[in-house]
Amino acid sequence: MPNLLAIDYLLIAASAWAVIGLIGLVAPRNTRFIAKILFPIGAAVGLLAGSVALLALGGTPQTAVLVIGLPDLPFHLRLDNLSAIFILLLGMVAAGISVYAAGYFREGEGTAPGLLCLEYHVFLASMLLVLLADDAYAFMVAWETMALSSFFLVTTNHQQESIRRAGFLYLLIAHVGAIAILLSFGVMTSGSGDYSFAGMRAQQLSPFWASVAYLLALAGFGAKAGLLPLHVWLPEAHPAAPSPVSALMSGVMLKTAIYGLLRVSFDLVGTPLWWWGVVALAVGLATALFGVLYATVQSDMKRLLAYSSIENIGLLGVGIGLALIFHSYRMEGLAALALTAVFYHSLAHAGFKSLLFLCTGSVLHATKERSLGKLGGLIHRMPWVAWLALVGVLASAGLPPLSGFVSEWLLLQGFLFSPGLPHAWLNMVVPVAAAVVALVAAVAGFAMVKFYGIIFLGQMRETSLKHAHDAGPWEKAGLVWLALITVLLGVLPATVILRIDAATRQLLGAGLAERLQEHGWWMLAPISPERASYEPIIFLVTIVLSVWLGRWLVHHLYHGRTRRSPAWDCGYHFQGPRAQDTAEGFSQPIRRIFEPMFRMARHFPTARDKQPYYSVQVEDHFWHWLYLPIARLANWLSTLITSLQGGRIAIYLMYSFITLILLILVARP
Amino acid sequence: MMISLSGLLGQIFSIALALVLAPLLTGWVGMCRAWLQSRSAPPLLQPYYMLRKLFNKDVVLAHGASSLFRVAPFVVFGCMVLACAIIPSLSTNLPLAPAADALALVGVFGLARVFIALAAMDIGTSFGTLGGRREMLIGFLAEPALLMVIFTVAMIVQSTSITTIVETLGHRELAIHPSLAFAGIAFTFVSLAENARVPVDNPATHLELTMIHEAMILEYSGRHLALIEWAAALKLYAYSCLGLALFFPWGIAGGDSFLALLAALPLLLLKLVIGGSVLALIETVSAKMRIFRAPEFLGTAFLLAVLGLLVRLLLELKA
Amino acid sequence: MSTALPLYAQLINLFAAVILLLAFAMLAQRRVLLLIDLFALQGFTLFLSTLVVAVKTGQHHLYWSAGLTLLLKVLLLPWILHRLVRKLQIKGEVEPLINIPTTMLVGIGLVIIAFNVALPISQLSHTITRGTLGIALAVVMLAFLMMITRKKAITQVVGFLSMENGLFLAATSATYGMPMVVELGIALDVLVGAIILGVFFFQIRDQFDSLDIHHMERLKDN
Repeated sequence: MPNLLAIDYLLIAASAWAVIGLIGLVAPRNTRFIAKILFPIGAAVGLLAGSVALLALGGTPQTAVLVIGLPDLPFHLRLDNLSAIFILLLGMVAAGISVYAAGYFREGEGTAPGLLCLEYHVFLASMLLVLLADDAYAFMVAWETMALSSFFLVTTNHQQESIRRAGFLYLLIAHVGAIAILLSFGVMTSGSGDYSFAGMRAQQLSPFWASVAYLLALAGFGAKAGLLPLHVWLPEAHPAAPSPVSALMSGVMLKTAIYGLLRVSFDLVGTPLWWWGVVALAVGLATALFGVLYATVQSDMKRLLAYSSIENIGLLGVGIGLALIFHSYRMEGLAALALTAVFYHSLAHAGFKSLLFLCTGSVLHATKERSLGKLGGLIHRMPWVAWLALVGVLASAGLPPLSGFVSEWLLLQGFLFSPGLPHAWLNMVVPVAAAVVALVAAVAGFAMVKFYGIIFLGQMRETSLKHAHDAGPWEKAGLVWLALITVLLGVLPATVILRIDAATRQLLGAGLAERLQEHGWWMLAPISPERASYEPIIFLVTIVLSVWLGRWLVHHLYHGRTRRSPAWDCGYHFQGPRAQDTAEGFSQPIRRIFEPMFRMARHFPTARDKQPYYSVQVEDHFWHWLYLPIARLANWLSTLITSLQGGRIAIYLMYSFITLILLILVARP
Repeated sequence: MMISLSGLLGQIFSIALALVLAPLLTGWVGMCRAWLQSRSAPPLLQPYYMLRKLFNKDVVLAHGASSLFRVAPFVVFGCMVLACAIIPSLSTNLPLAPAADALALVGVFGLARVFIALAAMDIGTSFGTLGGRREMLIGFLAEPALLMVIFTVAMIVQSTSITTIVETLGHRELAIHPSLAFAGIAFTFVSLAENARVPVDNPATHLELTMIHEAMILEYSGRHLALIEWAAALKLYAYSCLGLALFFPWGIAGGDSFLALLAALPLLLLKLVIGGSVLALIETVSAKMRIFRAPEFLGTAFLLAVLGLLVRLLLELKA
Repeated sequence: MSTALPLYAQLINLFAAVILLLAFAMLAQRRVLLLIDLFALQGFTLFLSTLVVAVKTGQHHLYWSAGLTLLLKVLLLPWILHRLVRKLQIKGEVEPLINIPTTMLVGIGLVIIAFNVALPISQLSHTITRGTLGIALAVVMLAFLMMITRKKAITQVVGFLSMENGLFLAATSATYGMPMVVELGIALDVLVGAIILGVFFFQIRDQFDSLDIHHMERLKDN
């Protein structure tokens, strides 16, 4: 066995994924072979990639050159700590999703399984290459492959018109974003022609051009991540895709955009200006608030989760903004705190959001239903999925002792230091931003209670739900794996942060490790225990202990008699499933309080209606104020251009001829 | 971990004290309310009688109740015990205190709230879901306000650890913090809302249109209901102790000697007695709001807390 | 750190904060009579803070202006306003043009602006309590906001008076008082202003049978 470096193993993993995908093409209709053999192997590859990345954290950067692509333009690859964190995320989460997918994909659902297998594994491999790329060329090739493969995955059920439209919207915005990224790289090379990241790092950009590069990157990666106002594809594409793909897109692909933004703003472009952070912070706050409010009013379970992903991306934006602000004032210790929160939240969100998307997949398979208004009471039929989903829900609501809380806690600790900023306005405005973060976190709890309560609790809203079945063994294994990640990330924050500290240190030259090492593995005290501390394991043990002790005492000191009887009906004995709150009813307070935020079309029943009904449709303001005008403009422009078309070949030839002559006249040696 | 035996004993003592005192506090508030409203007061031990009665009763579960419904009361109770364990009532020497700072404490309350709201939705009656939705509404408005209160205090003390806050605020020379006035008012608003007290909710009503907390626990009975009622009492106690710790921290013992604890006990009782009667007074003089005035009420609390933060930044850092 | 401040400075800061708090309370208040009471309370807090400054600096004219504040803003003006409300039979609720939470949010924004704008100005002052300048400015802006967002003319008068409270706070706490003549003049202005506005109320009501300032919009057509 030759002495292989970590990066070599990762390249092997990427090629293994590509090969698995190609093998899928050999037997495109053999669902059993593809699902039960190829996908588990893909999961093992993911586990390998994740483990390699975990071991590589803290090591020196490794580089490799791949001689593929154009002549004289080899792919430069590099594995450093920043890449390693995101590869860890990719590998670990992809392992769970692939195992789940082994039980999920069935025959007769849209694209042939073999083709799906190819797209899926190419998607995985391209994300790995995005994270490893060390020059703009390799990055863009991998980035576009990622966008295309995920586009095909989104349109798996391409027979449906709505799904094709969702896919088109996704592709469109992905490409707008890609152009912005390409331009950003172009600005960063500043005409030197050196497209390697090392070359960009060496460039000394003027503040103006650095800002241009940063803003282009923010727009480009923001489009992929779902930052406002380029978020519209997300709630369309995620529900359209099969659940494992939604999980992969939401859990991992959005994070590659976060990776790109971090790579550009902390690594490539040089020292940031303070207002860059403010821009990211403001956009992040707006995105988070927007996402969480829209999540609460959704009636489709996957759309709800998609909006919740927008919220989480917003929170990541806030963290990046805060880190940039601190970084620009050379307050590296505090920047490290905020950046750690960003890394942690990326990992946490990848875990719990994939988990939740996969749970909706199981619900979808069991009930053929995505609309919350037709679900309910599934905890009785699908206890495994329900209890595992509860883990994801609690983490997503940012509750201790699970993973979502740790990052929120770190972020708020970072905000607590913001009055120390040496800038008259910032040190007052930034702490107030923490208030919005707190609001977002609290509303997320509302959205998650709605999600869980309406799907899994209460009475079954449709009789067909009685035949729902729990997830199969493969699906369960995938869910358990992701739930385990969520719990471990929640309970062992100090251990995890000690691993990811290498990346923080690489970007900022400062980290939290020294402070953390002064205390035990159970204690998270990023500054000092007197200032702030959090010990989730003790927390968990205390709660579990008091629950257990309480149960034991109550059952021993008193009798444990239990009777069953019908629920109390308040003297009105038509308490059927229809009397429960609907998804729309549950979110009524939000719609009422935040009315201006929504574009609502409502129909109220009147006393005279023969068949009274109520309906509410919530739409996005951005569609009407931003996208539709642009679409109209594009339409108008294209009608103008249509008049050039005469339909006669001679005229087209004349256009070419005139162009040729003009070019000859303009171009000079 | 170095935990001294006396520290451990002090911790256990403070938990036991919370378990004992919490129903008494609820009983005291009930007595004061009755007096203020010229009714004859129930005995101080009334909550205990109720708990005993409930524990001895059979649990009557609705047919649709799932396992989550049966676990939830214990989780809620466990959360409240943890909350009482980390808020200093007598002494700041609490071995469990580093487990959760003030921010995590908000999380503990949030965890309990989510569980009880989910349990309320479990049976699938219209009241349950209505209660759950309203509770989450109150929750998402109150939680940020509480966080901002904590932020204000944390910026004064430069710490979010509750024991450090008490030690710093309680054992320093007299300094007036105007920002604490804002934070204190905001905290009062939040506590009223979080403990289902009068301007927002009425713990004594079963009127369909107005109830929040009671709507959620309609289906509970027997020992489950007893635990929930006890947890509600613990929550009131925890909020009272938190308020005392943040705004009136004087008299909480720093050491762990048994004598110091005993010396701190009468003062704590006195503060709770006063606090309870003030709560009863507020409940008597204010009228229950419509549910959609509650967001305005809590929004005001939120903004007051933010204002406190700003005043802190202007007056106390720049001057 | 604030612990280094002497007691009187802490008191002045506290009173300034309470004045700001009351300004917000007025912004959130829906009932006219309570609004007037809050205004009286704000005046009383201003009186206390002026008194503290007077005791500290020993300037006699500050005692006078404190007394004047007590007399005018705590006793006389609220009494006049109470009478007006009763005489004109104004209904209890103030109707805001913008809903109250939004107004409060805007208010927070104004506070941030006021604090930051006042910061460089307050550096010019040498008093230890110059931080209150920001609060004073914020009170003025909040009063302005109240005048903008309310429909009833009477709330606009209260807003106007509250604005003057803010100015007075700036004068006493941040710079330890203006010359007596100026203060007397302002006090007189306010009184006369209030009386004139009171007379206007009667006129407006006679003309339109309402105190809703929306009706004034009709005037422009004539």
